[in-house]
Amino acid sequence: MKRLVFLLLVVSGAAFAVDTTTMPTPELQQRYETLTHELRCMQCMNNSIADSPVGLASDLRRDVKELLQAGKTDAEIRAYMVQRYGNVILFTPPMSGSSAWVWILPAVAAVAGLLVGVRIVRRRARLVDQDDSVVDSEEKAP
Amino acid sequence: MNRFILPVVVFLALAGLLYVGVRHSPNKSTMVSALLGKPAPVIELPVLGDPTRTFNSRELAGRPWVINVWGTWCGECRVEHETLLAIAKQNRVPLVGLNWKDDDEAAQQWLTQLGNPYSVVAADREGRSAIDFGVYGAPETFFIDADGLVQYRHVGAMTTEVWEREFLSRLPKAAMP
Repeated sequence: MKRLVFLLLVVSGAAFAVDTTTMPTPELQQRYETLTHELRCMQCMNNSIADSPVGLASDLRRDVKELLQAGKTDAEIRAYMVQRYGNVILFTPPMSGSSAWVWILPAVAAVAGLLVGVRIVRRRARLVDQDDSVVDSEEKAP
Repeated sequence: MNRFILPVVVFLALAGLLYVGVRHSPNKSTMVSALLGKPAPVIELPVLGDPTRTFNSRELAGRPWVINVWGTWCGECRVEHETLLAIAKQNRVPLVGLNWKDDDEAAQQWLTQLGNPYSVVAADREGRSAIDFGVYGAPETFFIDADGLVQYRHVGAMTTEVWEREFLSRLPKAAMP
């Protein structure tokens, strides 16, 4: 029974695969799959065009396929999409322009947090030093 | 008291940033076109209902025009159709239809039954011109100026209000009667 369920799960995965495109070479297939997972399905926002059964997503997959076959580089294909749909279509925003903030701010926040943390730890350490001296004097008391 | 000033300032700055971010978040109905201020892609497609003719958008160079992306499969397109007919009656600017991934016969039937607001309809059966325009959902309507630059994109059903505010206002004063 368990085996049957497992088999069904495996098979159903294949049955629900949205995209069954095959590229002529393994290298192109690999690039095709990477690119289609990087591009946002504009009609569903949180899916990639690889995972979306929507008409526009399949048209965009067709374009990716054709551009790859025409010998375009990955960067050229991304530029093709951005030119038409804007940076929103990329799941990974570029490090230039206004979207650079997306990359800079977390780093700045992390460094700031670290500095605050170090300061707090140092201050506490100093308090412990002072505390020790009190305890010492208490122990000496009797 | 002094030690609270910096955290409060940081908090307010962050809150402000997030507020601006949320206000400008990509909303499906307000997403700005990536083509704004850039040359409109050239459309070269068969004319709907006339296999002998090809529509080439270069023919419209030198004057402003409007392109409306629609399909018979699109519910909102039915909603805006009356408005488009009224707009066509004003006869202020050429209204080109881009019939997106549709069945030619169904599209022609739609226009015969409901009336045809378009000066010409290009049949984009494979959806390639729509992708060139960055279309992600019909209906979408673009304003292209006399220099061939995309100046505005409206996503969703056209309304008289949007038409007057965003499209008519972009027509050069000389074209106003």
